[in-house]
Amino acid sequence: MINIIWALFIIIGIGYSLAMGDLNAVNAEILNSAKTSFDMILTILPIIALWLGIMTIAKDSGLLDKLASFFAPVLSFLFPEIPKGHESLGFISSNIIINLFGLGNVATPFGLKAMESLQTLNKQKDTATRSMITFLVLNTSGLSIIPTTVISLRVMHNSTAPMEIIGVVIVASLISTVFGLIIDRIWGKVCDNR
Amino acid sequence: MILFSKLIMPIIIITIISYAFFKKNNIYESFIKGAKEGVEMTINLFPYILAMIFSINIIVKSNIINDFLGLLKPLFDILRVPIEIIPMAIMRPVSGTATLALMNDIFIQYGVDSFLGRLASTIQGSTDTTIYILTLYFGFVGINKIRYAMWVGLAADLIGIVASIVVVSLVF
Repeated sequence: MINIIWALFIIIGIGYSLAMGDLNAVNAEILNSAKTSFDMILTILPIIALWLGIMTIAKDSGLLDKLASFFAPVLSFLFPEIPKGHESLGFISSNIIINLFGLGNVATPFGLKAMESLQTLNKQKDTATRSMITFLVLNTSGLSIIPTTVISLRVMHNSTAPMEIIGVVIVASLISTVFGLIIDRIWGKVCDNR
Repeated sequence: MILFSKLIMPIIIITIISYAFFKKNNIYESFIKGAKEGVEMTINLFPYILAMIFSINIIVKSNIINDFLGLLKPLFDILRVPIEIIPMAIMRPVSGTATLALMNDIFIQYGVDSFLGRLASTIQGSTDTTIYILTLYFGFVGINKIRYAMWVGLAADLIGIVASIVVVSLVF
């Protein structure tokens, strides 16, 4: 799947530029993308190292398990396949909480740890499990209480009311998350019955 | 609210540190262990991020998406969807930086407190870069058969964008 999308993006992109006879942008991009991605690693490396350090403190002290047991009813409803008390539940709950505050970069290391831990429960190592897909739907549907990045950009553009969008963001992201989870649940059931 | 968003990170950190401190954990050792793992983790991410940025940027810079949208304009007019917002809606699942740049353009051209400015902010805040997250997270653990994950993610994005348009039109 990723294989196909990856190849298609490149083939369509370069093919279209060739057909249109405008190769400058694509040529520049071929050189730029390597640098852009390295810059990105440089930006996120210190953030990931710092927050994985903080999170390891939370994990070793048992705070992460506490958090997971607090959210246990919700988590066992959303992830029926994860055994109770599994370490992935702590990572999942911390990832979701941080995402709620709109701190996407900080949430990434927690999410990756959650995936690593979910992979230990996976019997076919190259295939996504239902729990993984549900977890990613929660991540990609963008549920948030405080969209930090947007608010700071609105402040930068001298908005008279930078915060006024918080209410509508909560409603819109709640709608997409709830429907995303419903679609995920139905699709998962259909796939398993086949 | 501004105060609250300033408080989040310090509060998370002080809670974690003081909990571990009173539990008499070796806090410093845990931190170093985690930070080391974080460095390794990020370096291992580089090939995935490189692959993704390479392919996504090539299709974005080829302009095919914008040109294609021009053809669909009559359809969006019928649905009463503001055409100015469509490039951003299309780019949202694919590229976070491209979407931020488009939102910036909308702020400059139409004003941050205009209908389009609010709509762009809401879309930005209530959806996420689905394709980026999927390739990163699945790539990291070595999964290439992602089954229906992409379709559910994109469906949730579409719902989020439609919900943003409807809610913003109703509220403002």
